[in-house]
Amino acid sequence: MSEVKGTGRVKRGMAEMLKGGVIMDVVNAEQAKIAEDAGAVAVMALERVPADIRAQGGVARMSDPDMIEKIQAAVSIPVMAKARIGHFVEAKVLQSLGVDYIDESEVLTPADYENHIDKWEFTVPFVCGATNLGEALRRINEGAAMIRSKGEAGTGDVSNAMQHMRKIGGEIRRLSSKREDELYVAAKELQAPYELVKEVAHNGKLPVVLFTAGGIATPADAALMMSMGADGVFIGSGIFKSGNPAQRAAACVKATTFWQDAKVVADASRGLGEAMVGINVADLPVPHRLADRGW
Amino acid sequence: MKVGVLSLQGDVREHVSALIACGINPIEVRTGSELAEVDALVLPGGESTTIAQLSEIFGIFEPIKQRIAAGMPVYGSCAGMILLADSILDAKQGQKTFGGLDITVRRNAFGRQVDSFETDLIFDDGSSDLIKAVFIRAPWVEKVGAGVKVLAVVDSHPVAVRSTTLLATSFHPELTADHRIHRYFIEEVAKPALEKVQ
Repeated sequence: MSEVKGTGRVKRGMAEMLKGGVIMDVVNAEQAKIAEDAGAVAVMALERVPADIRAQGGVARMSDPDMIEKIQAAVSIPVMAKARIGHFVEAKVLQSLGVDYIDESEVLTPADYENHIDKWEFTVPFVCGATNLGEALRRINEGAAMIRSKGEAGTGDVSNAMQHMRKIGGEIRRLSSKREDELYVAAKELQAPYELVKEVAHNGKLPVVLFTAGGIATPADAALMMSMGADGVFIGSGIFKSGNPAQRAAACVKATTFWQDAKVVADASRGLGEAMVGINVADLPVPHRLADRGW
Repeated sequence: MKVGVLSLQGDVREHVSALIACGINPIEVRTGSELAEVDALVLPGGESTTIAQLSEIFGIFEPIKQRIAAGMPVYGSCAGMILLADSILDAKQGQKTFGGLDITVRRNAFGRQVDSFETDLIFDDGSSDLIKAVFIRAPWVEKVGAGVKVLAVVDSHPVAVRSTTLLATSFHPELTADHRIHRYFIEEVAKPALEKVQ
């Protein structure tokens, strides 16, 4: 009986267990406990939520290992952490800390403007952002075991997440309607490996779990993303930049499970106090848009 | 026989597919009225803390607990095993379970995700064929009460156990194409238990 760690099934399977759940950004152990108590399926440990990274500017990097370990000690649910795009040493550091998932994230400042991390080299699984199907399949080809739509992090504006979910969903539906002999050109156009394109065309879905992220701030936003076919939701700045984080966190968890029931979403939306103020993505100068990072 | 899959959070889809492959047309259970329709229930893998909490919020925690106590056959994988255990170690403070199975389970006993693994196991259902077992941040059984039978072990820790009406595994057979465990639940646990009631 030999035990094999870090197989594709073990990495992708971990993401399957998160389905129907909410993963919340937290910056300290206290927030992590609030998230766990609210029913989060995992937390993302980071030093600054995207809204603050945006406000404060500068280079955003991997979090301090001490801070990640404090969060790991505080909660029993999985703890994820972010590495910069292409920064495989940050990823190795995070793996050595025993984080449960690494987010190779456009929210941090990229370390490499050409290559992403070769994720097959790792035992720990990776989640990566995507704005369209080709990008999602390139990340999966590099070993990502989970995909999230990017949205525009730190804005509280759900429009980009919506756009990316529609784009990914639409491209999958279009692939499924193609003849077998048209998939070669489809692969060329998507700039993605033929084998993965064929698999998506046949199954009508990505080979890994698809979450959504970026700009989700309310229970109704979470339910909207679930109705667009997301398997679950990342909420970054939306919770701990709002008036009543514990209540808003629990409300988003409820709405994610019962997204089909408008009455539950309505009840979850009552009396939550102030949502994060937010920035309209349209008002953001293009160079400041995070979703454009990654290729 | 109507079989439900508790569909609040977790790998519901995989359990549904496995049951369909066993010739069952499962019902997704989120509410008390859906629970009332089913004869047997599957508790999926996922986050046990989240599933327990959502069950409480939406008023089916007590109904499930009572149905289990009244003899409803239930199979739980991973988080589902935790939810069936009478007692848990390394739990979140105040974490509740449906209970019913006289075992003590240690959460995340095999370690964090970097320690997650797959292996081939002997499963004590009369077949000598090995079964592919996928362990993800998996629990193990630390103590087994009277009336609970151990069906599989890893490094001397029980990872599959059953009582008359309840079956639990630390691993995720729903992530593989081998539906032996689901079939075992239907044929060797649920059917005999339901026949006895009638």
